[in-house]
Amino acid sequence: MNFLFPVIVKRTGFALLTLFAISILIFAGLEALPGDTAQAILGQGATQENLEALRKELKLDLPLHTRYATWLGDLARGELGNSLSNGRPVTGMIGWRFENTLVLAFSAAVVSIPLAIVLGLICALYQNSWLDKLLSTSTLSAISLPEFFVAYLLIVVFVVQFELFPSVAILRPDMALSERINVLVLPCLTLTLVVLAHMMRMTRAAIIGVLSSPYIEMARLKGVKRAKIIFYHALPNALAPIINVVVMDLAWLVVGVVVVEVVFVYPGLGQLLVDSVSKRDIPVVQASGLIFACTYIFLNLTADVLSILSNPKLRHPK
Amino acid sequence: MTENKNGMTRRTFVKGALAAGVTAAVPAPGLLKSVFASGPSKGGALKLGLAGGSTTDSLDPSNFSGVFDQMTTMGLYRNPLLELDKNGELQPELVKEWHAEPGAKVWHFKLRNDVEFHNGKTMDAEDAIFSINHHRGEGNKSQIAAVVKPVKEILKTGKFEFKVILEDPNADFPYILSSTRMPCVPAGTTDFEDGMGTGGYILKEWEPGVRAFGERNPNYFKADRAWFDSIEIITMADDTARTTALKTGQVDIINRPDRKTARLLGRMKGIQVINTPGGLTYTFPMRKDVKPYDNPDFRKAVKYSVDREALVKTILQGYGVPGNDYPVPAYVKYAATSIPQRQYDPDKVKFHLKKSGLQDEVVRLHVADMVYNGCVDTAQLWKEHATKAGMKMEVVKEANDGYWAKVWRVKPFCASFWYARPTVDWILSMTYVSDASANESVWKVPAFDKLVKEARAELNTDKRRQMYYELQKTLHDDGSVVIPMIANIVDAASDKIGYNPVAGNVELDGLRACERWWFKA
Repeated sequence: MNFLFPVIVKRTGFALLTLFAISILIFAGLEALPGDTAQAILGQGATQENLEALRKELKLDLPLHTRYATWLGDLARGELGNSLSNGRPVTGMIGWRFENTLVLAFSAAVVSIPLAIVLGLICALYQNSWLDKLLSTSTLSAISLPEFFVAYLLIVVFVVQFELFPSVAILRPDMALSERINVLVLPCLTLTLVVLAHMMRMTRAAIIGVLSSPYIEMARLKGVKRAKIIFYHALPNALAPIINVVVMDLAWLVVGVVVVEVVFVYPGLGQLLVDSVSKRDIPVVQASGLIFACTYIFLNLTADVLSILSNPKLRHPK
Repeated sequence: MTENKNGMTRRTFVKGALAAGVTAAVPAPGLLKSVFASGPSKGGALKLGLAGGSTTDSLDPSNFSGVFDQMTTMGLYRNPLLELDKNGELQPELVKEWHAEPGAKVWHFKLRNDVEFHNGKTMDAEDAIFSINHHRGEGNKSQIAAVVKPVKEILKTGKFEFKVILEDPNADFPYILSSTRMPCVPAGTTDFEDGMGTGGYILKEWEPGVRAFGERNPNYFKADRAWFDSIEIITMADDTARTTALKTGQVDIINRPDRKTARLLGRMKGIQVINTPGGLTYTFPMRKDVKPYDNPDFRKAVKYSVDREALVKTILQGYGVPGNDYPVPAYVKYAATSIPQRQYDPDKVKFHLKKSGLQDEVVRLHVADMVYNGCVDTAQLWKEHATKAGMKMEVVKEANDGYWAKVWRVKPFCASFWYARPTVDWILSMTYVSDASANESVWKVPAFDKLVKEARAELNTDKRRQMYYELQKTLHDDGSVVIPMIANIVDAASDKIGYNPVAGNVELDGLRACERWWFKA
């Protein structure tokens, strides 16, 4: 596995550079938006006098590069600072929310990835059958609808009609695990429906691609069973593209769930990011932005490493 | 799903009948159900799903920015010094007696001596003075710093007494002490985020913009308030999420149901829509210092160019009344309700346009959706009305981001809104006198300023009424703000919720639903 090490080191170096660039972009982006934190907090009732007072207190009167340098210095010491709008430590605001986001993303992944791959295999196995067409049509319809609409449809069916699950995912500290799962079902189902088609279609396409290769034909001529052909011969060779799309969807599950969080009132990182941007709360936006960026970069790296590992040609380079 | 475990079933018929008699006059679907409502009864875990909370919320009174923050003042975790009732009159709260020395420059306040903070400390004059001073001083960042600026000095005159000396006479000064932004907190507080106060509930768990949970304060100083066992407030930004949560019984009360579907919601079994004539004033300020709005006839033409009835019908879905170009809602004391309602009048538009000589001027109305729900639609409708009346109008859609900084008070004609302050003086001093920080229409008229100041010092009610009539008439005739409509306050609740006639100044019974309302036995 030693050949992987330089790849990882190199990619991590690039990742750090990317993160640095992203942090500058976020900073500059927020600065370019009209209004600042003081204006956003005081809103319509702001007077010149208390605007200035608040700017001074929040150190917004300092030039942009000074503020960025301070922030970067704090970050180097491992401090994310305090929120500008309510003075709370950023780590405290983000920690448990990121955990919630991960729990939701993870549970959606646990449901959707095996399901997508199995359905993809079935579609490939029974290519162009009515089952293949039914699965493709229904999952593609689900992906074509905006996720909030999928969520509303699920609410109409499972909350209003059948009263099976709650419509809002309120998490209370004293909740039992079963209650938490009950609350997670609908957001999780929404996310599953949104990502399912993507992964399933990719699996189907990759397998079908491999199925047309000569060695598969050979296997078939030898009399190997269809299921065995798929699992032993086709799937391992189709893994790389599947892994890629699965990991990309994983990244989307972590960073792209804002809308679902809002509809189900699920306290994740997305809502925090939206609120903080509207209040121009730079430390919070920076921290959440960087977490999202890290997620993407890390998952990308994971995808590459897994692709290398799944490909004997790359695994044993000459 | 509401847990309404309570043993008290005794019905206080007199109160119930009274409540029913008054509420039945308000034309809201669902309200008739309350005819046989019982009086207040104790118990139950109340859950509210509210819009207007944010992860950036703070419990520092000089830092309040949303609905939740301000609600905590109104008997939830804390109390203001005085209570504003549904008629816009002051009632005792932490302050039990108050009076002015002749001239209204010095005010004496006497506090209750039996009120304890949640930590057991007795509330006294030190705390009250600290709580006012929190908004005073050079470079104060509080939103109401300008309101308390005329306070010259506050002196403790006894353990439970203090007096306030003002720079200038103000007959309405005590109203400031009923502000949602001025709760009484323990003297010397530096960290406000624990919600320490004297209120009906004790804050137990709070995550800004997500959820707050409080349990009843067994030691609350009001025997006839704070009926629930516990209060859980869940922030729900999405209209549909709020409505569905109410329909499925996950919450008992929501604010701001979508007006477009409120009527349907009210027809559903088990749900009441609470519709109260209110103080949500939509204003369209024209900058009086900018051409063409410096021309009084042009301003009049603009005022006649909008069909207010049509706006109330379509934009407010009937939940409101036409505005009459003075900023005082009918329930506020001294509102000049006798001024005849201005109507849409194309002939008068043409007449005043011609008189101003500015027929070719294009009115550019700057709006954004964030001002209020339906703001851009309002402008589009207005444009149709104005065009029919021969006035050239253009709608400029602005970005939501930074609207208050870049558009409001900057563009010559734009959209804005206000929750009406409790007194005519407060409203005018904040938005219509020359040096007012929020003088959105740059209305700088020395004679007007003078009369506002005189009226503020006048303790004789009849004389004051006359002065305020004149001021409001001036704004109606000549003012530079168009006020086409004043919206009702609309909340929705499970029909298990009981309440007395509701205040309309701000949503949720003047933000006091948690303290005033109850579960019916």
